[in-house]
Amino acid sequence: MKYIARIGALVMVVALSGCATSNNPSDPLEGFNRAMFSFNDAVDKVALKPTAQAYQFALPDFVQAGIGNFFGNIGDLWSAVNQLLQGRVETGVTSFMRVAVNTTFGLGGVLDVSTEARLPKQQSDFGQTLGIWGVGSGPYLVLPLLGPSMVRDTAALPADFYGNLWSYKKPVRWRNAGAGIHIVDRRAQLLEAGSLLEDVALDKYDFVRDTYLQSRQARIDDLKGKEPAREKVVEP
Amino acid sequence: MNILTKLLSMTLSVFALTFASAVAAAEAPDALVKRISEEVLNTAKADKSIQAGNISSIVALVEEKILPYVDFERMTALAAGRYWRQATPEQQKQLLTEFRSLLIYTYSGALSQVRDQKIEYKPLRADPANTEVEVRSQVIQSRGEPIQLSYRLEKLATGWKLYDINVMGAWLVETYRGTFNSEITKGGIDGLIKSLSDKNRQLAARSAAKK
Repeated sequence: MKYIARIGALVMVVALSGCATSNNPSDPLEGFNRAMFSFNDAVDKVALKPTAQAYQFALPDFVQAGIGNFFGNIGDLWSAVNQLLQGRVETGVTSFMRVAVNTTFGLGGVLDVSTEARLPKQQSDFGQTLGIWGVGSGPYLVLPLLGPSMVRDTAALPADFYGNLWSYKKPVRWRNAGAGIHIVDRRAQLLEAGSLLEDVALDKYDFVRDTYLQSRQARIDDLKGKEPAREKVVEP
Repeated sequence: MNILTKLLSMTLSVFALTFASAVAAAEAPDALVKRISEEVLNTAKADKSIQAGNISSIVALVEEKILPYVDFERMTALAAGRYWRQATPEQQKQLLTEFRSLLIYTYSGALSQVRDQKIEYKPLRADPANTEVEVRSQVIQSRGEPIQLSYRLEKLATGWKLYDINVMGAWLVETYRGTFNSEITKGGIDGLIKSLSDKNRQLAARSAAKK
């Protein structure tokens, strides 16, 4: 709880310092977002990325795969629930099957047997569910440490937290250690994509934001069965 | 062979040649994408220097196999949006050159991450008479969800050419449009050209150092 208060205070400081009017209609909170993005980037450079690089260097591939699969399996359960909430029964049932097969035949989720068995992985979270139910996304929002989000998806975070079985793991030491390892593993998976991004983006903030917004919206449009909106191409 | 037969066989061969070249020019866009992707991926997987991360090998591969099928001018014009018309021909040329270099690095960077991925193509949903189509595919990886990868192609006199790529729901041109817009607002078209050329110089220096 203390951490939340501290982070809350930090967020307020950053918000107040970064609050500038934005000229971008798709990013009204741009001042705050840029400040938060720089903060996240700094934390990443100093702490998370080196840890992820060490993790990737030190641990054999199959151990990393196992860790990824284990947490992926726990995530699949919440995805399944969301898929059912979204009315995608077939996908939801597939995801439940994934969890069942991976937990039993996959030694508690460490082996991803389901993908081999042609049960594809599909990630869904509560923010996506709200989007499909018709809740507007709200403005783009960069969260401390968690990164890009939208106001709607941020509001959905507590649901994702409660839907994640690992949150209930006792003792708390194990839960925190597990969460930490999960975060490092995810970061390690993104190391190459991250360095490509550094290379090709003129302005990292813009690039991440535009990619995130398009990607998220396309996913929801796709799931709703809508043809993705043809971009308003201003023909020169 | 009498004259008539000779004439007939000549006519037939001319027909055959015309037909063959017509067929070649009319390669369907999804067949084109599939062929090029397969060639590029197979080369990337087999070439040791590419697997070792040698940037110049990758760039060579991109320039040889992919560039001939990309319409850079349209991509640049689309990314610049309404500013394209406001730019002088000289600025347009510079913008085109710099953006082209950046895109080559982008493709090369993506290719350098190719390991053992496989690509599955979705059936083409387009009218045969369309001059603009979207080809959809999925990249299957050993870990994680499949990645959506789509291409937009247009039919030019020289054949089908690529003018946009979509990775996981994000169109490249649209993403760069945001960046271009910011840069032009900050420093005008020349400011954008300068940022791009600085970036390209940085990337060139780094790949020279990596060798």
